[in-house]
Amino acid sequence: MPKTRLPVTRRTFIGGASATALAGLTPLRHALAQGAPLKVGVIHPSSGYLAQIGQACNRGAQAALPVLKDMGYPGLEIMLGDTESNPDVARAAGERLINAGAQLLIGAFDSGQTTTLAQVAEQRGIPLVINIAAAPPITEQGYKFVFRNFPRAPEIVTGAFDVQKQLFNATGKTPSKCVVLHANDTFGTAMRGAFGALFPRQNMPYQIVDYIAYDPQARDLSVEVAKAKATGAELLMTVSRLNDAILLTREMVKQRWEPWGIVAAGPGYYEGAYMKTLGKLGNYVLSAVPWYDPRKPLAQKMIEAHQKMFPGAAIDTNTVFTFEAMLIAADAYKRAGSAAPQALATAIRATDIKDNAALSDGIKFDEKGQNNGLKIAAIQNFDGEAKVVLPLSSAERNVVFPAPGWQQRR
Amino acid sequence: MPIEVYLNQIVSGVLTGLIYGLSALGLSVIFGVCKIVNFAHGEMMVIAMYLALLAFQYFGLDPLLSIPLVCGALFAFGYALQAGLINRLIDVPDHMQFILLAAIAIAMVSGCLMIFGPNAQNVQLDYAYDSYEIGPLLLDKVRVFAGIAAISVAGLLAAFFRWTWIGKAIRACGDNIVGAQVTGLNVKHLFALAFGLGSVCIGAAGCILLLLVDVQPFLAVEYTLLAFVVVIVGGLGSLTGALLAGVLIGVSEALAGLFIQPSLKSMFSFGLLILVLLFRPQGLVGKRA
Repeated sequence: MPKTRLPVTRRTFIGGASATALAGLTPLRHALAQGAPLKVGVIHPSSGYLAQIGQACNRGAQAALPVLKDMGYPGLEIMLGDTESNPDVARAAGERLINAGAQLLIGAFDSGQTTTLAQVAEQRGIPLVINIAAAPPITEQGYKFVFRNFPRAPEIVTGAFDVQKQLFNATGKTPSKCVVLHANDTFGTAMRGAFGALFPRQNMPYQIVDYIAYDPQARDLSVEVAKAKATGAELLMTVSRLNDAILLTREMVKQRWEPWGIVAAGPGYYEGAYMKTLGKLGNYVLSAVPWYDPRKPLAQKMIEAHQKMFPGAAIDTNTVFTFEAMLIAADAYKRAGSAAPQALATAIRATDIKDNAALSDGIKFDEKGQNNGLKIAAIQNFDGEAKVVLPLSSAERNVVFPAPGWQQRR
Repeated sequence: MPIEVYLNQIVSGVLTGLIYGLSALGLSVIFGVCKIVNFAHGEMMVIAMYLALLAFQYFGLDPLLSIPLVCGALFAFGYALQAGLINRLIDVPDHMQFILLAAIAIAMVSGCLMIFGPNAQNVQLDYAYDSYEIGPLLLDKVRVFAGIAAISVAGLLAAFFRWTWIGKAIRACGDNIVGAQVTGLNVKHLFALAFGLGSVCIGAAGCILLLLVDVQPFLAVEYTLLAFVVVIVGGLGSLTGALLAGVLIGVSEALAGLFIQPSLKSMFSFGLLILVLLFRPQGLVGKRA
């Protein structure tokens, strides 16, 4: 009887079984990795002129860890990066963290720095969850790996006008002239553009008499304040950072300029360092900003965790949006069941979180990666703390407008 | 805009410019005598600011009152730097001296970063927010004190160079080093004294600047650049020129901000520098080579 050659030899069987096992293990490797914490590169300006704000963002990320763990989310491992308040360094920081194994990025507070970081994230195919950056073009580039849980400049400006209308209705005091002082960086310029485009459609009861741009890194803002004072405006709107907010207020006191109020459409005035440096002189400044909703349970958990880890440190926009970025990362990792970048990006795109911490309709991204459900609150400084005063439904304190003069506050 | 807005800004510009001038005096003295361009100028001023900050935090000393202490410390540092290090490289090419001083500057900034951290710090003074009202003028009290202190220190320095034996000897070294050596002057010691005196100006400027500006390690580069602009506009080696140029730059920045756009005011100091280099390269008060 002739020998029949079997179609499958022992050698081919072993080879085929090995190949099958290897192929099968690949998704299992990512699934097994899910037991391991997700490596999150948290990139902010920890040094340079934005250092204090960046460090506040980092505290928000760290405070999220115990809260997310209690909520049953998989672990996150934070890898910190420093942009040195410089867009070029932000790019290098992103590359460095990705090379070190970061599977998702969070950052970077400043619009200019976030723009370069987004380019790196998209080029390397690593998801970036933007915690804070308002320049509209960032989510207009067709990026597939970039997601923003923060309002864009037009939404912030529209919200700022809305809360002002609520303010004038609530207090019965309406200014006739307003002057705008804004930083001339990416964020300040974007906001200036938004003011110019949106103001004619807002039916505000006042006229904007001047827009005055300044360098946010300037050491002396006396000329800017003198120019603003000379307009005779009753209302000052600002788009500032922290150090320039302190400088502007000091100059206003020295030059004895007492507008009815300062309404900040951006950071600086609600920062702990601002209130600590200026003391009572920092009271009554209003900020129209995205903020946490004090009525939401997760906001309370965030506040408790932050106060426990960082006693005495201020809780503000920097905290809540970095906290939420960590929540988005953890939620996506849990649903994706994998740390593979594409799987994470797909999961983030499908995010639908109702129980979040910010004043909003929840966390949900559109086709451009933008969350459009965020709302603007008016917060006001009272003896070292920023409290929500508008909308009235979320108010923690009654609003004070017009603000008392400088001498009455000292 | 009302006329008093312009008047206020001119006065403010003069007062701020006096501080710029005092800061640049240190650079001018060091170059005028030792022929060394101190590229660590801004860094030394930041160290002076931090010393004044420590004096305020630990002893409650107003920065103006800590000027003698800080100047003493900076004098010792400047003397030691020149005598111990720079004197050894006095005959090497300029670019090597630049590298040395740049390296010293980087070491200073890194040291400040390690000791004090990156965050801006300031002094909280009772009179920090006060102002004098004189007719239509509203003068910032801090700037007035700072301007008076700057003029006083500059005046003391001028008196020292004019009326003391050591001052005349230092000027002799700067004017004619060979002649000074022939007459038996200890040139190396006098060079070190000159560097120390330049450092005293930097120390005084640092204490005064702390009244106006929050200190952080990365402030240095900006003030080194500003000092260079002031010294070149005023004339290298000219004390009067440094003060005059400082005032000119302070006032031009203030008025540029009012007439054009505040965010463009720095452009005018550099514009002035370009004009001076084109039409009067020896500076406003300097002598042509």
